[in-house]
Amino acid sequence: MRRAAIGSVLTAFVLCTISFHARAQDASEKEIERYRAMISDPMSNPGFLAVDRGEILWSEKRGSKNVALEGCDLGLGAGKLEGAFAKLPRYFKDADKVMDLEQRLLWCMQNIQGLDTKDVIARRFSGPGRASDMEDLVAYIANKSNGMKIDVQLGHPKEMEMAAVGEALFFRRGGVMDFACATCHAEEGKRIRLQGLPDLAKAGKQPQETMGSWPTYRVSQGALRTMQHRLWDCYRQQRWPVPEYASDSLTALTVFLNKQALGGEINVPSIKR
Amino acid sequence: MKSILKTAALAFVLAAGTVALPLTASAQTAKNAVIKQPDPAVIDAYLKSTFGKAPPEWQARIEPDEALKTCNQFRNDVPSAEADKIIQRELAKVVFPADGNLLGDWKEGKKIANNGRGGQFSDDEKTVNGGNCYACHQLELKEVSYGTLGPSLNSYGKDRKFDPAEAKQAYTKIYNSHAVVACSNMPRFGANKFLTEKQIKDLVALLFDPESPVNQ
Repeated sequence: MRRAAIGSVLTAFVLCTISFHARAQDASEKEIERYRAMISDPMSNPGFLAVDRGEILWSEKRGSKNVALEGCDLGLGAGKLEGAFAKLPRYFKDADKVMDLEQRLLWCMQNIQGLDTKDVIARRFSGPGRASDMEDLVAYIANKSNGMKIDVQLGHPKEMEMAAVGEALFFRRGGVMDFACATCHAEEGKRIRLQGLPDLAKAGKQPQETMGSWPTYRVSQGALRTMQHRLWDCYRQQRWPVPEYASDSLTALTVFLNKQALGGEINVPSIKR
Repeated sequence: MKSILKTAALAFVLAAGTVALPLTASAQTAKNAVIKQPDPAVIDAYLKSTFGKAPPEWQARIEPDEALKTCNQFRNDVPSAEADKIIQRELAKVVFPADGNLLGDWKEGKKIANNGRGGQFSDDEKTVNGGNCYACHQLELKEVSYGTLGPSLNSYGKDRKFDPAEAKQAYTKIYNSHAVVACSNMPRFGANKFLTEKQIKDLVALLFDPESPVNQ
């Protein structure tokens, strides 16, 4: 009911936006911003339902070892969640790998819980009648870094490698349309159709606002989505091959983008179109 | 043995340092600068981990050709000597219609300009590819939902007095944008076999037919 109401409000907004001439874009943007502010409180943002589900999943005993994820170290010590997301992705010695939150959760499920993650990965993106443990867990854990600043770790050589590769991938063109991330995200104030595009090539405000607002509740999809889904969808629109979930190029891009966004404030789950 | 490992580790740290340091300032790189890139083998390993399970024909699509290798190297800001090489090479790929007629049906062109389907991993084989021109360009004024990554193309043919040489240039640009502007952001619709010759002619008509809404 609430979701339908939000959907129709947004549809009305989109319709309004389209009927305006493009010069009215600024005014529309302001209205959309006001609308976003209105629905971004925990009482009306459905993304917080995912936060609640994630909290239950975090302490649920699962896997062959029948233990909860509470023994999982997200970088600040086993079970410590406050501020962990703000410092991700980062290098984990036990796995000898730089991991984003989703890679790390899968590692913990496999190694701490002894859980076969096949089903979890099959449900990596939720759909009608199909909940996603990953989306819910990310919503819960990321929310524990609210109000904190993006502080991606870049001290370890492997973290530096990730940032450098992520930057190279950001500018790498390919696919039938020769598109790179940078084709759409390296200039300020550009749009695809009426959709504004953040300039992520320049460190500062725009990457901060972007990276500080994921995970987000996507009204158009009626689901909470994580950065993994965002990048999967970007590569789809870039006409690249389907990227493997929780794989290294996506983590590299996330490291690079978080490096561009250093110091940005996290406020999640946000709510977006 | 241990000291070899240590030296290797130190070398790695140093190498990583040299990679990472220039990158911090890379957003403001000087014009035509070769961008410091991580070892191509390292990038390939990342790509393999992420796209390695995709069908081989899909993986081939992200294998950069000669033009894209240069564009990636300079982040599209290529020195003029390299630009000339790209333009020559890409121009040779342009196939013009056998009968010399470049103008198709603008009404069809209008549909192609509005169609953003095709080429995505979520599409099936039956999907008809579109040019998706409105994603980046303004065309007819009535369509207010247009993007701004490319220049406005409103009144394109009219502004060029419907000159056939300009129409040929537009056909070339749509067929292979790099044959006109090296490392253009625009897709190479013909050269990458995304649009058919007929579709490209229909788009040229959308730009150059005096009846086209673009020229009203």
